[in-house]
Amino acid sequence: MDIINSIVLLCNFLVIPALTYGSQLALGAIGVTLIYGVLRFANFAYGDLMAFGTMTVILVTWYLKSLGINLGVLPTALIALPFGIIATILISLLFDKTVFKYYRDKKSDPVILIVVSLGVMFILNALVRIIIGPGDVVFMDGARFIMKAREFKDLTGLDEGLALKSTQLITFITTIITASLLFYFLNKTKTGKSMRAYSNNEDLALLSGIDPNKIIILTWVLVSILATVAGTLYGLDKSFKPLAYWNNLLPIFAATIVGGIGNPLGAFYGGFVIAFTEIGLTYAYKKFFVYLLPERLEPSSLIQYISTDYKFAISFAILVVVLIYRPNGIFKGKVI
Amino acid sequence: MMYFTAKNLTGGYGGVNIIEDCNFEVNQGEIVSILGPNGAGKSTAMKAMLGILNNSSGEIILNDRTITQLKTQERIKSGISFVPQTNNIFTELTVQENLEMGAFLYDGDINERIEEMFTLFPIIKEKRDQITGELSGGQRQQVAIARALMTDPNVLMLDEPTAGVSPIVMDEIFQHILNIKKQNIAVLMVEQNARQALEISDRGYILVTGKNTYEGTGDYLLNDNEIRKAFLGG
Repeated sequence: MDIINSIVLLCNFLVIPALTYGSQLALGAIGVTLIYGVLRFANFAYGDLMAFGTMTVILVTWYLKSLGINLGVLPTALIALPFGIIATILISLLFDKTVFKYYRDKKSDPVILIVVSLGVMFILNALVRIIIGPGDVVFMDGARFIMKAREFKDLTGLDEGLALKSTQLITFITTIITASLLFYFLNKTKTGKSMRAYSNNEDLALLSGIDPNKIIILTWVLVSILATVAGTLYGLDKSFKPLAYWNNLLPIFAATIVGGIGNPLGAFYGGFVIAFTEIGLTYAYKKFFVYLLPERLEPSSLIQYISTDYKFAISFAILVVVLIYRPNGIFKGKVI
Repeated sequence: MMYFTAKNLTGGYGGVNIIEDCNFEVNQGEIVSILGPNGAGKSTAMKAMLGILNNSSGEIILNDRTITQLKTQERIKSGISFVPQTNNIFTELTVQENLEMGAFLYDGDINERIEEMFTLFPIIKEKRDQITGELSGGQRQQVAIARALMTDPNVLMLDEPTAGVSPIVMDEIFQHILNIKKQNIAVLMVEQNARQALEISDRGYILVTGKNTYEGTGDYLLNDNEIRKAFLGG
């Protein structure tokens, strides 16, 4: 019984939150990796692109609610999502045309494009804060829980409860669907293959007749979809705060590099690697061991490896270690 | 008039001209080699013919049509295909995907065309689902040539197809090039292995410091004493 309790405990506080957080990071990291693979620079404006997408989703959600439209048990934001995606695609293409294209045509170094993306980041960040404000926005509606901890206890008779928030399930399912569609697109369709070909060998792609402009537009479209979906899922799960997306940039980049930059499948797994390490190291295992160990061996401390205050340091540490020992990432990717 | 002609080709990178007043001609069903010492401008000449070189002048004529104004991609659409010397395959894609990408502009049945390539290069058929980065040098080169042939071109340009492969593989690749010639394609290649290249070539050009110095049939170039001493190693 104690063993089952301890497993339920870990599921509730470690596995489910890490799967949720990992899903959000995974989608984000795929976006960063696509930009790197095709446009060949690390886009620091990505976090704020997520914030922008989520903001439009929130605005449309509010409008829909004012009209009395909702999805019942599901969050209204899911109806608003396509509108947010369209707005994000438009702003991405606008920035590409007005800013990034200039440097691309000049064949600027990637490091210059990184600095340029920092500029875009500040503009987007300011834009979001001007429009919606810097504070917290909760836009989750519909059913909050699929299973409450108490219901689980009553159902199973265990001491430990297992709560499953609807946002957690929605996040996980949406991520799996989005990622599957994306991988199908990249690996099975002619356009998707041409995108990979362009990412792999730009000159040969030109010689094969692949149109770079189409590939670039397509990349921004895919990236905007991923950013908006990831941002909205994160916002639904926690709450919307412009700066939170900027903060997530570090774990997202860590996930990208762990997975091998330029490798979408690696980025997907990388998101989960980062999430599980971060939550696994900051979780206090005391109760877990209380269930498993005999009474006289019970730990007196919290058995928490690292305080949650340092959770960003974990991403950073992983980033540094991977860059030193496996610059290609755990999976095969480009060397930066 | 030959099928594919480059007239008075001059050009280079930046201000300095690497090639000056070069002329090349190749007919369908013919193999023509461009030979010469390192730095003679062989690859540059090819780039100029493809329109990759920005600073170039001269006239390129394909099937009685001047294509000098066309961009690289449009020249490829009009039937010229190119195998670069390096980075000539998509290393992260499978053999099959490499061929599909080669056929990006091909209007016909891609699968049928791929099967044709597999009859031409049987060895890569076995490897069709393998990532090309994992193949041997000779196999890669075959994938590279097959990729270029996917568009069903009339002119095939090869930049040092046998660079860095063993003598056995070199013979194999030259054999493949002879088979390609039989399909009535105009083959123009730049080669370092001059003697072997001339043996399979109908004609050859020898470039020295950016100028056409000698030209003639393969036999003539192989048997001319002066040329033999200077360029073919005695």
